[in-house]
Amino acid sequence: MASRKESGVSSSNTLDSPVKQIQIEGLVVLKIIKHYQEEGQGSEVVQGVLLGLVVEDRLEITNCFPFPQHTEEDADFDEVQYQMEMMRSLRHVNIDHLHVGWYQSTFYGSFVSRALLDSQFSYQHAIEESVVLIYDPIKTAQGSLSLKAYRLTPKLMEICKEKDFSAEGLKKAAVGYENMFEEVPIVIKNSHLISVLLWELEEKSTVPSKHELLSLSSSSSHLEKSLQMLMDRVDDMSQDIVKFNTFSRNTSKQQQQKHQYIQRRQQENTQRQSRGEPPLPEEDISKMFKPPQPPPRMDTLLIAGGLSVVLDKHLIQCDFRTLLIRRYCWFVPE
Amino acid sequence: MVAGSAGRCGDRTDRRTATGMGGVSSAGRCGPCPRGGDTFTGPFPSCRFALFLAAAITPFLSNMSVYGPVVKIHPVVVASIVDSYERRNEGASRVIGTLLGTIDKHSVEVTNCFSVPHNESEDEVAVDMEFAKNMYELHRKVSPSEVIIGWYATGYDITEHSVLIHEYYSREAQNPIHLTVDTALQSGKMSVRAYLSAPMGVPGKTVGVMFTPLSVKYVYYDTECIGIELLQKTRTSPSRTNGLTSDLTQVAGSAAQTQEMLSTVLAYIEDVLAGKVTADNSVGRYLMDLVDKVPMIPAEDFETMLNSNINDLLMVTYLTNLTQTQIALNEKLVIM
Repeated sequence: MASRKESGVSSSNTLDSPVKQIQIEGLVVLKIIKHYQEEGQGSEVVQGVLLGLVVEDRLEITNCFPFPQHTEEDADFDEVQYQMEMMRSLRHVNIDHLHVGWYQSTFYGSFVSRALLDSQFSYQHAIEESVVLIYDPIKTAQGSLSLKAYRLTPKLMEICKEKDFSAEGLKKAAVGYENMFEEVPIVIKNSHLISVLLWELEEKSTVPSKHELLSLSSSSSHLEKSLQMLMDRVDDMSQDIVKFNTFSRNTSKQQQQKHQYIQRRQQENTQRQSRGEPPLPEEDISKMFKPPQPPPRMDTLLIAGGLSVVLDKHLIQCDFRTLLIRRYCWFVPE
Repeated sequence: MVAGSAGRCGDRTDRRTATGMGGVSSAGRCGPCPRGGDTFTGPFPSCRFALFLAAAITPFLSNMSVYGPVVKIHPVVVASIVDSYERRNEGASRVIGTLLGTIDKHSVEVTNCFSVPHNESEDEVAVDMEFAKNMYELHRKVSPSEVIIGWYATGYDITEHSVLIHEYYSREAQNPIHLTVDTALQSGKMSVRAYLSAPMGVPGKTVGVMFTPLSVKYVYYDTECIGIELLQKTRTSPSRTNGLTSDLTQVAGSAAQTQEMLSTVLAYIEDVLAGKVTADNSVGRYLMDLVDKVPMIPAEDFETMLNSNINDLLMVTYLTNLTQTQIALNEKLVIM
C-alpha cells in the first residue's frame, strides 16, 4: 500500500512559526458547517472571517461570521463596510473582535489559487498569526470533519512582499511547491456550558448517526470527481509545461538569430572595409530582437502546489480509507 | 401563582393578565408611559401583578398535546446563545437576542440568532432596537431567506420584562416565538423551551397575554450531525479538548460502533430464544428487515467484486504516486 507522504504541505513542527496550534471552539465549527450548508450549494466557495485572540503560541478562534456572496459589481465596497459594521456590532456584545484569519470552503480540494494566495498574504502581512481554514464539505459528508488550517511559509511571504515572481526570484528564495503552505494542527475546545449542552443534545437527539464512513460503494461519485479534478489539474500543468517549452525554444532560437545577425554584420563590415566603404552602423541588437516574455512562474508553482494537495490530502486519503475498509471485509469471510 | 399586569408604552389601555384558574384581577389604570429615544423602555406602574403563566401551565400541559407550530432548532443556535450568555456584561443576569429562521406551515425552523444588548432593572427594560435592526440587515446580506421569527432569553422563567420585549418583537414579525434557554441550570438541566403568545382575558375588559408552550425538536443537517459527533468527544476529555481524528481512528471507531450494535441485537435474540425475554413482534419485524437488507451473494462473487474494487483503488494510488513524482521532476527542471 502506498505510504503517506506529507508533500505539498509541511508540518509546522519543523518550521519556526509563531503559531504552533490552533484552538477552535465548537461554535465556530458549527457555524462554518451551517454557512456552507445553507448558502454554498450553488456556487462553490463560501467565505467568512474568523475572530479570536492569540495566547502564547496558540491561536484561539472563538467566533466567526460569514461574508455575503459576490453578486453585485460594487462588492469591494460592500465587503469592507460590511466587515467594519459587523465587527463594531460584535464588539457591543463582547465578542472578540480581533481578526485572526478567514475561512473558505473548497470543492474537492481545489483551493490553491492566486486569489487565496493574495488574500492570505494580506492577512498574514497585517496580522502575523493569521490562518486560513479550509473546510471540505464533501469529505465531511463522507463521515469525518475535514477542517484544515494553513499559513504561508515565511519564504513565500518574502517572495510575495518583494512581488518578484520571476524564475530568478523563486530560485533565490528556494521555494518549491512543497514549501508554500504549512499546516497547523487544530484542536477543538468547548467550554463547560457547551459540554452541558452537548449532554442535553445527546439525550434529546433522535437522529440516528449515519455510518457513511463504512460505506463500501465507490459508485458514489466522490472517487470519480476527485479523479476528474486531478485530470483537470494535470491538464493545467501540461499546458504550463508547453508554455515553458515554447518559451525556451523561442529564447534559444532568438539567441541563434542574434548570433547569425552579428556574424553577418561582421562579415559585411569586413567586406566593406576591404572595398573601402564606411562600415554600417552598429545597430542596437537588443531592440531588434525583443526577448520573448518568460511565462509567469508563480502560476506554475501554484498549480503544482494545488495538484499535490489534491493528490496527497484528498485522493490518497480517500483511497486509504476505502482500502482499509475493504481490508476489514477481506478478513470477514475467513 | 401570581396574576399580573404589564404597563405598555404609548398606550392608554393597560393590559391585565389572568391567573391560570380563570379569575381576572381587579382593574386599575396606569398613566401614559413616556417612550425614550430609539430604545424601547417600559416603566411599570406600581400596582402590578406579574405574569408567570407559562411556568404554571407547563406542568399541566407537559402531557397534553400542544397547539401551535413545532419549533425545530439547529444546535448552532443554542450554542450561540450559550456563548453569548458566557460573554454577558457584568451584572446582567440574562441575555436576549433575535432568532432568525424560516417559517413553514406547521413548523418554525430556527437557523440563526444574534444577541442584542439590553439593560434590565427592577423597573424598566431597555433594548437597543437600532442595533437589532442593523444586525438583521447585515445578516440578511449573507442569507436573504432568513427572517426574524422571534427572540430568545436565557433563564428559566418568563418575566414581566419578557412581555414588553415580546410586544416589540411582534412588531417585527407576526406571531413571534419566544425561546428560553436555561443556562443557569435552574431546573437541573439546560432545558430549551419555546412559547407563543396569545391574548386572553374577558372580552370587554382589559386583555392579557398568555404564553403557550410549543414542542421543541432538534434538527440537524447531515454535516452538522458529523460535526456534533466530533464535538461530543470533547465531553470525555479532561481538558475539554479534542484533536481532529485521523482516518484510521475514525474507521476503527465506526466499526466498533457497528460491532456493539450487532452484539446488542445478538444478545437480545439469544435472550428471546432462551425464553428470558418475551418476543416482541415489531422487533422481530425489524430484525427481518435487517437480515433482508444484506443481499444474498455467494462467497466467490463477493470476493471477485471486492478484488476488482481493490484493483481500482490500487491503480488510483499508483497514478497519484506517479503524478507526484512528475510534479517533483517538473519543478526541478522548470523552476530551479
